[in-house]
Amino acid sequence: MSIIKCDNISMSYDGVTVFDNLSFDVKSGDYLCIVGENGSGKSTLMKGLLGLKQVRDGKIVYSDGLKRNEIGYLPQQTGAQKDFPASVYEVVISGRLNKRGLKPFYSSADKESARLNMERLGIEQLKNKCYKELSGGQQQRVLLARALCATSKLLILDEPVTGLDPIAASEMYDIISRLNKENGITVIMVSHDIVAAVDHADHILHLSNKEVFFGTTGDYTHSELGSRFLYHNCHCEGCERHSRYHHDSSHIHKYTNRAEVQRGE
Amino acid sequence: MNDLFEMLSFSFMQRAFIVGIPVALCAALLGVSLVLKRYAMIGDGLSHVGFGALAIASAFNLAPLWVSVPVVIIAAFLLLRLSESSRIKGDSAIALISSGALAIGVVVATVGNGMNTDLSNYLFGSILATSESDAIMSVCLSVVVLALFIFFYGKIFAVTFDEGFSKATGVNSGAYNMIIALLTALTIVVGMRIMGTLLISSLIIFPALTSMRICRTYKKVIICSSVVSVVCFVAGIVSSYFLETPTGATIVLVNMLMFFAFSALSYLAKRRG
Repeated sequence: MSIIKCDNISMSYDGVTVFDNLSFDVKSGDYLCIVGENGSGKSTLMKGLLGLKQVRDGKIVYSDGLKRNEIGYLPQQTGAQKDFPASVYEVVISGRLNKRGLKPFYSSADKESARLNMERLGIEQLKNKCYKELSGGQQQRVLLARALCATSKLLILDEPVTGLDPIAASEMYDIISRLNKENGITVIMVSHDIVAAVDHADHILHLSNKEVFFGTTGDYTHSELGSRFLYHNCHCEGCERHSRYHHDSSHIHKYTNRAEVQRGE
Repeated sequence: MNDLFEMLSFSFMQRAFIVGIPVALCAALLGVSLVLKRYAMIGDGLSHVGFGALAIASAFNLAPLWVSVPVVIIAAFLLLRLSESSRIKGDSAIALISSGALAIGVVVATVGNGMNTDLSNYLFGSILATSESDAIMSVCLSVVVLALFIFFYGKIFAVTFDEGFSKATGVNSGAYNMIIALLTALTIVVGMRIMGTLLISSLIIFPALTSMRICRTYKKVIICSSVVSVVCFVAGIVSSYFLETPTGATIVLVNMLMFFAFSALSYLAKRRG
């Protein structure tokens, strides 16, 4: 059952088209990584999925009973949050607000959910600590716990390991994989770390200025786009051909040869 | 002691306390959000618009609050829009609107009454300016602001901390931004008679910044800045009575002293810790 279906969508940023006629679908339980160069439209697409930006053409269909308030979102941190006085608990429980409607204050179910999610991410001992005094990895866990308070179905993560040291980054990837495998939460992650994306995700959407790849991770590693960015020792026929194409530098030789000829004269 | 009782026996002093304490409380609560959202300048812009509206109201002999409340609310929505749109530079737009409104107010006030004492009362505040009907309406507005703030406390925290997340997960963040703007507009209109156009924004900014020197969680910052704000307000009014200094400016001075005291405390705490 697909949970999100994008049908021929086109989006623009400041009036400039970033991608056209993009189609893909995400099934319940998938782990999709959206990769691509800077400016290829990863963030714009994510904002479209979140409903923060309008699509220009085509449509995004949420099915399987997914409602707007059942999406968990891990944004990139903004400068304002870096010196915001708030305790870990206050941040985590604010993820429950989308379930409250107009009702004020938090119920005991909200408090229980906040406690559970802090426990799940191993941050319950930080409960009363000040958010801005935590390390980058701890802050990301806090924001992830908040996202989990908002959903049990779909997580959308925007570059979750940016700015983290290698250990914190790999812990973050492990947590996300665990949530996907053990708790059955669908994950859509925007990332520029293609190697890690291939390691963890089961589907890849590669946006590039010219071409687009969408499919399973296995297919991606043997595709033209994938093999351009991944250094691996696969010697299957397709990869060998791509590799010959990528390493073909005859057009460069042509110029150097001409230079030599001119010097010879 | 007798002096204190004598002070409280004046009806204008009673009114100042009755109007001022709830306003100080509201300003402190909203100030935390405005400072954290980088909207502190909106408070300043709104008070200038309020000044223009007050001047026009008194030139046409209208009840000042009935004119300035709707005008400032409209201005608040406009300013919020301006600072959200990336195409127009929000800070320059605020500067334009506030100096424009101030200029209109000054011209209307001088042409209308031809008296400079009135102008100075508007700009720097006057403890005598509050009439009985003003006082009643001020108290009602403050109660409304307080009630709405408590009712929306969780949402105001969420849209202040991370608007993108709130919006993406289905919280109507635009509406809560509007509520913050509305509450700010009401607080400024009510408070500017005592504090003056040029000084009311300090009532919003100082308590929040002061408490953020020491407090580390949102709830503590909110509680601390409410207490700081009310204490400074009362101390400011009392000392302005005895020292015979202008009320609004004295309150700001007390707030400044408090800010330095908290800064010193936080410095000491850091050195010891």
